[in-house]
Amino acid sequence: MEIRNQKDFGAGLMYVVTGLFFTFIAARQSMYSAPKMGPWYFPFWLGLLLTALGLVVLVKSLQAKTALEKIPPFDWKIIGLITGSVVLYGVLLPIFGFGLAIMVLVFTSSKASHEFGWKGTLINALVLALGSYLIFVFGLKLQFPLLPYFLQ
Amino acid sequence: MDLFSNLALGFDTAFTLQNMFYCFLGCILGTLIGVLPGLGPIATIAMLLPATYALPPTAALIMLAGIYYGSQYGGSTTAILLNIPGETSSVVTAIDGYQMARNGRAGVALFTAGMGSFFAGCVATLVLAAFAKPLSQMAFQFGSAEYFSLMVLGLIGAVVLASGSLIKAIGMIVLGLLLGLIGTDVNSGVSRYAFDLPELNDGIGFVAVAMGVFGFAEIMTNLEKKGQDEGFLNKMSTMIPTKTDVKRMVPAILRGTVIGSILGILPGGGAALASFGAYSVEKKTSKYSHEFGKGAIEGVAGPESANNAAAQTSFIPLLTLGIPPNAVMALMVGAMTIHEIQPGPMVMTSNPALFWGLIASMWIGNMMLIVLNLPLIGVWIQLLKIPYRYMYPAILVFCCIGVYTVNNTVFDVYITAAFGIAGYLFTKLGCEPAPLLLGFILGPMMEEHFLRALLLSRGDLSTFVTRPLSLGLLIAAALLVVAVTLPAVKKTREEAFVEE
Repeated sequence: MEIRNQKDFGAGLMYVVTGLFFTFIAARQSMYSAPKMGPWYFPFWLGLLLTALGLVVLVKSLQAKTALEKIPPFDWKIIGLITGSVVLYGVLLPIFGFGLAIMVLVFTSSKASHEFGWKGTLINALVLALGSYLIFVFGLKLQFPLLPYFLQ
Repeated sequence: MDLFSNLALGFDTAFTLQNMFYCFLGCILGTLIGVLPGLGPIATIAMLLPATYALPPTAALIMLAGIYYGSQYGGSTTAILLNIPGETSSVVTAIDGYQMARNGRAGVALFTAGMGSFFAGCVATLVLAAFAKPLSQMAFQFGSAEYFSLMVLGLIGAVVLASGSLIKAIGMIVLGLLLGLIGTDVNSGVSRYAFDLPELNDGIGFVAVAMGVFGFAEIMTNLEKKGQDEGFLNKMSTMIPTKTDVKRMVPAILRGTVIGSILGILPGGGAALASFGAYSVEKKTSKYSHEFGKGAIEGVAGPESANNAAAQTSFIPLLTLGIPPNAVMALMVGAMTIHEIQPGPMVMTSNPALFWGLIASMWIGNMMLIVLNLPLIGVWIQLLKIPYRYMYPAILVFCCIGVYTVNNTVFDVYITAAFGIAGYLFTKLGCEPAPLLLGFILGPMMEEHFLRALLLSRGDLSTFVTRPLSLGLLIAAALLVVAVTLPAVKKTREEAFVEE
């Protein structure tokens, strides 16, 4: 049995796993039953529905007459850089403040582009940090930790 | 007549300096994101939602609405000039519009798009105003069972009329429904799937999901493609169309307006579908069908009118029934909730100034847009020249800022990052993200109506099929599913999306 449509196989697998996850957690609670519905009734059945859908997709992806389709390659560098820079922003924001966090975000995320250049990125970072301060903090009066904590 | 006094109230509300300003701001922003490929109204509305906290609700909604239909205008500009559709609904405009530009007729194409959009927008706004009251009165006939069935129809409609695998799209909806249930259940106070994390007790913020799945994931997939943008900007000749142009343009605009107005109301409908539909209709009914694909003016006029009309009428189900027909409207529900307005038939009676003010501002917005777009085309093009490597960090910055301000916790930033990865995964696996967002927003509402319907029927599940209105809605949903799986419809659907 060959995996013909890899995309669908992956998707079906994702659905089955997620559906089972939600259903199992719901099943461990007391659900009551009709007429008195508990808070776990809806998620239990939705989880089962998702699992069923996932199984259908899975089976179809294995059938002989399905078109062959591969999953396009994952670019781990880009995923890592973009996600990492966002997480880094979250980590740095309360510690080092608004301006620095933004500049770090711009630098690390810019590295993901194959057209990266130091000078351009530096200008971009400064413009964005300053601009964001003006628009969001000064203009819209939103609350942000501004200064590094050791300066507060 | 009632309609006139309501519209008078609406214009009164809309013509205040503050509301005009926010309308203008929304239109500019909308046009901007329409022009910029990769940033769509969903991500932008999600980004700006936190910024609207400080605004009075009317101003906030006016601005967000302006962004939505503004983006329809802006998307056509880049589609015509650079063959880069800024919006999914502009994909069709790019086909003939770009060809017209290459033939030196960019000015006429832009003029056609603008005029068609304006006319359609105005007509659709009238439709909205006229049908609002009767529709919301019908809504009072809706009990919980009907609401539940209507939402089912809405969700099914959304996937059926979308591209891609039907089953996977339904799967995405269910996934969205489940994710929406995370958090404290309103009815029982029980904390679900929160794993003792206090930040999850309020549920996952939909701003985080929207930005992660639509914003971050989009950036990541864009970066993978190492394509270059080639844009040659032809010198723009005259904008005035010839007599033959006008003769061909006018019927196309009328047809497009009708198509767009109807499709916008339907669940799952929306600007993109309207523009595809209008293009097909124009192609089939035109005497000049051999010109399609080489610069037929109907190929620009029809779709452009349709997508603007649909953008306006898609507010109808939202404002009268409180049901969002597509992902963008789902975000508007979120916006209304943030401002403590319960979307639904009550809005008309409890908040008439807001309701009619919003409608009046749509008309004003259309006027502003026609003024903005035609002369300012050159400015937008300059913006397009900003290389992507500076653009996308800016998008990231705005997303991170916006997400943080929802709850002032960095946890939301992490959630968004996680959904960014999820969105990337979805794209790789060929799963559509838009149904997920729809399911996410509707999940808690569906559960509420489902349980309440069962409560009222004392646990009798057949209540959904014994009540006539509810049964009708469910049958419609079933018919949609059946219709799509029929080979004939399948082929037409694939054809319509082959240019995407």
